[in-house]
Amino acid sequence: MDRIPILKMGPFLLVTIQVDMHDRLAMMLQEDLTGRIAAGGATGVLIDISSLEMVDSFIGRMLGEIAGMSRILGAETVVVGMQPSVAITLVELGLSLKGVRTALNVERGMELLRASVDESEATYGGPGSQR
Amino acid sequence: MNSTEASKLPEILRQYEAEILSEWLQHQLSSMKLRSSLIREADLREQSRKFLAHFGHAIRSGDDIGSSSWAEVRELLADLSRTRARQGFTPSETAAFIFSLKKPLFTRLREACGNDIESLAVEIWALTELVDTLGLLTAEAHQRSREDVIARQQQELMELSTPVVKLWDNILALPLIGTLDSERTQVVMENLLQQIVQTGAAIAIIDITGVPTVDTLVAQHLMKTVSAAGLMGADCIISGVRPQIAQTIVHLGVELGSVATKATLADAFRLALRRLGATISRTDPAR
Repeated sequence: MDRIPILKMGPFLLVTIQVDMHDRLAMMLQEDLTGRIAAGGATGVLIDISSLEMVDSFIGRMLGEIAGMSRILGAETVVVGMQPSVAITLVELGLSLKGVRTALNVERGMELLRASVDESEATYGGPGSQR
Repeated sequence: MNSTEASKLPEILRQYEAEILSEWLQHQLSSMKLRSSLIREADLREQSRKFLAHFGHAIRSGDDIGSSSWAEVRELLADLSRTRARQGFTPSETAAFIFSLKKPLFTRLREACGNDIESLAVEIWALTELVDTLGLLTAEAHQRSREDVIARQQQELMELSTPVVKLWDNILALPLIGTLDSERTQVVMENLLQQIVQTGAAIAIIDITGVPTVDTLVAQHLMKTVSAAGLMGADCIISGVRPQIAQTIVHLGVELGSVATKATLADAFRLALRRLGATISRTDPAR
């Protein structure tokens, strides 16, 4: 059973989905990721789905749920690199991933994460504070 | 053509092929005097010769018109109708090609049957049925090729009417013209998302100046496009909202969500630049 690797980059966690997501894998990612955020005190999660060609409603909902859980654990989630066809599918499914921030590529996503961390530092006076 | 064993037609066609061809051609040329600009006589002669050869061959096989021995005839006719439709012939002119064959054939049949009225009637009926079927085939093929042309033009119109323009680094504009139905929304969305990937744009301005009316459905399509672009990480601004459209949107209670809207493309562009942290300034004219 393969797992989706979670890389730590400073205060952020980087998840690159490079295989076809099936439901078990998505569930496992959810568990691993929430565990890692809680253990390491990450302030941002970046999920790169640029090689994801297909999504269904379940995977779409999982992405939304992961973002929700991360936020509760104090980490901002950015989903990057969505393919046009995937975006169209999600919209047609009625899933616009409310509450998930998106960016075109990893670089932009990182900028977005840094900006949001800076912002929360300015507001709450410390990295990793609850939002 | 079930009574082939009695029919004199195959024999006539074999024997008088050249004469029938020349009579037929003459008939066609005299009836198409006005259209000589559309088709050259040599082409017509070649088409007629080929058709008559295939026709004679198929008739000698004695099979039904739907069978494979008629395949070449049917193909030739379909091809001919397509070409003529493209050249600008009317359906009746196209069908006249095949119907004008009746006269020379009938003449030959009458000569062959002599005084035997009974068999002449049978022959003529069989031939008429055959030629009519072929005529219907041409009309159908003509119609189909016209429909193809219309479909292609529709497609072209759709692609032409949804350009994506790069206004600035990271800013795309999508001027929409005409009504937004679900099919066009699909094309618009695909174009826009593709361009977002290619140019790496962060902001897309959707200009609806050319959209005549915005009802709930159009608004829904717009919102779909906006959320799809949002999923790719690009912000959308809707511009070109005319006063009437603003009134309609409010009256209908359409929810545009958190999308920024502006009255003109210029305003939207200014907003986009501000979001990207760019400014436009006027150089001092006194310098």
